[in-house]
Parts: sequence; C-alpha cells; structure tokens
Amino acid sequence: MTGWLHHLIVLPIVLPMVASAIMLLLSDRFRQGIALGTTALLVAIAAALLMQTMAAGEPWVGSYRLGNWAAPFGIVLVVDRLSAMMLMLTSVLGFTALLYALARWDRAGPRFHVLFLLLLMGLNGAFLTGDIFNLFVFFEIFLAASYGLVLHGSGQERVSAGFHYISINVATSLLFLIGVSMLYGVTGTLNMADLAVRIPNVPPEDVTLLESGASILGIAFLVKAGTWPLGLWLPRTYAAAAPPVAAMFAIMSKVGIYIILRLSMLLFGDEAGMAASFANDWLLIGGMATIAFGTVGILSANTLTGIAGHYILVSSGTLLAAIGTGSERVLAGALFYLVSSTLAISAFYLVVELVQRGSAGEEAVSEPVFEDEYVGAHAVEEDNEIGVAIPATLAIIGGGFAFCALLLSGLPPLSGFIAKFAIIDGLLAQRQTVAPQTWLLIFLILGAGFAALIATMRAGIDMIWTPEDVKTPALDIVEAVPIAILLTICLSLMLWAGPVMSFMEATVSNLDDRAVYSGAVLPEPPAESARP
Amino acid sequence: MEIVLALAIGILTGSGVWLLLRPRTFQVIIGLALLSYAVNLFILSMGRLRVDAPPIIRKGVPVDPAAFVDPVPQALVLTAIVISFATTALMLVVLLASRGLTNTDHVDGEESQQ
Repeated sequence: MTGWLHHLIVLPIVLPMVASAIMLLLSDRFRQGIALGTTALLVAIAAALLMQTMAAGEPWVGSYRLGNWAAPFGIVLVVDRLSAMMLMLTSVLGFTALLYALARWDRAGPRFHVLFLLLLMGLNGAFLTGDIFNLFVFFEIFLAASYGLVLHGSGQERVSAGFHYISINVATSLLFLIGVSMLYGVTGTLNMADLAVRIPNVPPEDVTLLESGASILGIAFLVKAGTWPLGLWLPRTYAAAAPPVAAMFAIMSKVGIYIILRLSMLLFGDEAGMAASFANDWLLIGGMATIAFGTVGILSANTLTGIAGHYILVSSGTLLAAIGTGSERVLAGALFYLVSSTLAISAFYLVVELVQRGSAGEEAVSEPVFEDEYVGAHAVEEDNEIGVAIPATLAIIGGGFAFCALLLSGLPPLSGFIAKFAIIDGLLAQRQTVAPQTWLLIFLILGAGFAALIATMRAGIDMIWTPEDVKTPALDIVEAVPIAILLTICLSLMLWAGPVMSFMEATVSNLDDRAVYSGAVLPEPPAESARP
Repeated sequence: MEIVLALAIGILTGSGVWLLLRPRTFQVIIGLALLSYAVNLFILSMGRLRVDAPPIIRKGVPVDPAAFVDPVPQALVLTAIVISFATTALMLVVLLASRGLTNTDHVDGEESQQ
C-alpha cells in the first residue's frame, strides 16, 4: 500500500470523529444526512479494506503508525483479515441500524446521531488497534457512547437498567486496567506484536503473574461478551435500550469475543512457551455454561426482546467454547457463525420492535427529568414524511420474523444452519475419538437452536399469526429496507457459503501466523528488543 | 515505601468493593471512585517504585536510563484518571435522573421488601 491509500486504515476512526464534531456545530436539520452519509462511507471504506486483505493471496497484515513513531514505542493500527471482517460487520450494522432509527427513534432524545457515530468510532478503533492500552481507550470511547445510547429515550426502565449497565462496565474497566498494567509489569511493553515476541521469553518465575494478569484482562472481556455468570446484566440492558440501539449493541458483545480470540491466538498460541493456551479449558467450560444458561433464558423469556437478549448469550457462549477448543476448523466455522448470528440478532431486534408496535401499542417513551431537558419529539406519529407506508405490512413483518427465527434456530437452509454445521463438523473431525465434553458441546449447541425455535414459534403464534386485536402497525419503507438488507446479507451468506467459508479458513490460518503479524508491525527483526 | 503503597491500595480497594455492594446509588459511585484510585496506584506500582527520579529526560543531556523512572505507567494513570473522572460525572447525572424518576436512591429503583 502506497500513497494516500495507506491512510485508508485510519479513516474508520477519523471519519466518524470528524463527522460527529461537525454535527455539533450545525443545526439539527443536517444531522440525519451527515450521519447517514458517514455510515455509508464507512461501509465503503470497510469494503475497500476487506478487498485489500483478500486481494493479497498470502497472509497480509497492514499497519499504520499513528504519529509516525516506530512500533513498540508509538501506537499502531493493524488491519488483517479478521479486523477487516469485523469492521465490515460493524459498518453494515451501523448503516442499517441508523437507517432504521431515522424513521422515528432518532427523535426520541437529544444528540442521537453524534453518540451513534462515536460508538462506531470506538468500535472501529477497538478492532483496528495494535496496542492494548489504546484498546482500553477505544473501549472507553464506545462504552461512553453506549451509556448515552442506552439512556436514549429516557424513561424509568432505561435509567434504572442504564445505571446498572454503567456501574458494571466502569468496574470492568478497572479490571481491564489492572490486567493491562500487570502485563506491562511483566513484559515491559503494551504493543500486541511486541508482547507476542516477548511472552515466550518470560522467565518461569514470572509466568504465574503473567497468567494472572492475562486472566484479569480476560475477565473484563468476558463481562462484555456476557459469559455466565458475568453476563446477567446483558438481557435486561439490551431489552431496555431503544430497538435500533439494541440492534447496534449486538456487535458490542462480539468485541469481547474478538479481543479474546485475538489475544489468545497472538499472545497465548502454541509458541508462547509456558503460558501457551493456558485459558482454553476455562473458555470451553465458561462457553458451555453460557450456552446452557442462555438456553434456559430463551425458554423462560416472556418477551421477544428477552429471547433476543438470551440468544446473544448463547451466541457468545458458542463462540467462546469454539475458541476454547483451539481447533482451526472449529474456529473457521465459529467466525461464520459470528457474522451470521450477529446479523440475525440485529435484524431480530428491528423486527421485534415492529411486531410489538403492532400488538402492544404505544407506550410513553419520553419523560423529562430535568427542566431544561429536550423532550423527545416522539409524538411525531403523523408527520412521518420520510417514508411512505407500504401495503401488506403484516405479511412482510411476519415473513421477516419467520426468516429471523429460522436463522436464530439454525434450521436449514439458511446461513445459521451452515455455520452450526461447520462448527460441529470441525468438532467431530478434531480427533479420532470424540471426547465426552465435545459431545456435550454439540448437544448444547443443538439444544440452544431447538430452544430458540420453540420460543420464537410460540411468540410468533401469539403475536402475529393469531391476531385478536392486532392493529396493523404503520411500516415505513425506511424501516423495512434495513431489515431487508440484513436478511439479504444472511441469504447471500447462504448462497455463497463456499467462498465465505474459505475466506474464514484463510482468516483463521492468518491468525495462526504470528510471525507475519509481528513482522508487519515491528520495524525490524525484534532480536534486540527482546528481553532475556 | 512498599508497605505504605500496598496498604493504601488494599484499604482503598476494600472500602471501594464494600461501597460498590451497597444498595444506595451514591455509595456505589463513591465505591467506584475509591476503586479507581486504588487501580491508579496499582498501575503506578507496576512501573516499579522509585523515589526522587524524574520521568522526563532533558534535551541535550546524556541519558542514563537508570536515573529515570518509567514514564509509561504515569502516562497510563493520567489517561485512566481522565476517563474515570468523566464516567463518574456521567454516573452522577444518571443518579439524579434515577432519583427524579423513582423517588428513591435505591439502585434497583425501588426499596427492597424486607
């Protein structure tokens, strides 16, 4: 990469930052346009980066020095296939959730667009950064934005759930800091590539300290991912958040997963000496417990958002358990599952809002607390001039709901099935004889899909197919399009499952190749920087 | 020096965790603030304890690394202070909103039945 193309890597961070800063200066009229334009551009940038990582046949890792300091001293951004894929996923979700919000939800409270773009900036930064302290900073950026977004629309439930959410995340950030500083205390570096080089050389007496530091760091990410028993906050918070916000939050639990995957492959892979794969068993056990808890939660949930929230737990648990197996084929399937389930959950949150709007009627969404507070223009039911109401609303919503239900439960022929099939296929191919815990994991994955099927079917019959006093909800084209986009992507994942799957396999083998990562980030063979 | 720092971290963490588990919103916030002080001291200690050594080298003077303290933890602490300051301010606003909406300062928005 030469010339201006090189700066493409930093754009997913700079663009939303600049756009949100400009937005504060302009009047409200321009905000929708700027926000939508920015998210569309982000999709294009992420696509360009993804193309770039795919175009290079062999493992390719691009790095960008912020401030042009050499790697272990300055902060670098790193893009490889995994981070490009996560960027793509984030920007697609960002674009669709924002588009959906433009129909009405963005007027439920102040400064929605600014917070939304800052959330995207933090997420993109977390996926791109190659420095663990910088990762903390980006985590705080998207968390701060998410605090604002959880409260968007106000109301007692949101404020109460928001307070829990903020307290838990602030406490988690402190664990994050402890973990980072312990890693620094043992290795003397914060750069991920440099850490990968130095960890094999950690003296034996320090390995326990290193593992404790990494575990404390890992706990912080497990809280974000919603692992049992650390993720009990997740379903309630996501159910309380405004639907487009919840749809965007579907990616936030995956940030934790992404970091765990990245760090366990890069820092604690096979070459890490004494600390190699020390946490894999814990991830496997935690993942399986999370799936079990999520399954029970799905079956016992009495609201659709409750089902969606617990399904996020199931999906996190599946991914964690897959990381815990440490097998490349399982991981490739898990990445497919990550993309498919995140898109499906996001679409599900949006569809659920339409369904509930039809059955439950309007509830008072905004109540002012402070005297000078901007009271949401949520009563703008009639002046919806953005979209045209489209006919056959109920059929479309019902179809979308059924599509989501199939995706979530992993029934053939949709992408949810292919993803689960790939994971289970990898699990069975792992060894000659399949271990009992592998059978248990397979059983749990299939059981969770079955539970999702039962729960969505029960809810669907209650709310859509046996309409007693259902008033047909008003559906804007602006609201139908994002759902259609998300479901179309899932459909294309199914149609082009072969190429996508081989991309995932290449991504995983790329992750396994630590030398390429370190080589691209660190300026020269790091012999002189390695401490004995 | 070590024992003073260790005691300070321990006492701050203990008080912070205790307050964090209390049922009043204000106690939770103060608990988080105390915990963040403890964590900041902990980060500082991870750069090895050193007194009377500057973290910044002077221009033009020959540099002997042994005469300086590690500057990275100090930079990290600075960042962490700023971030926890901002989140504490945000939490205070949420506290007020919660108090205004529910007329109670219980973290669940309602008094527990006992």
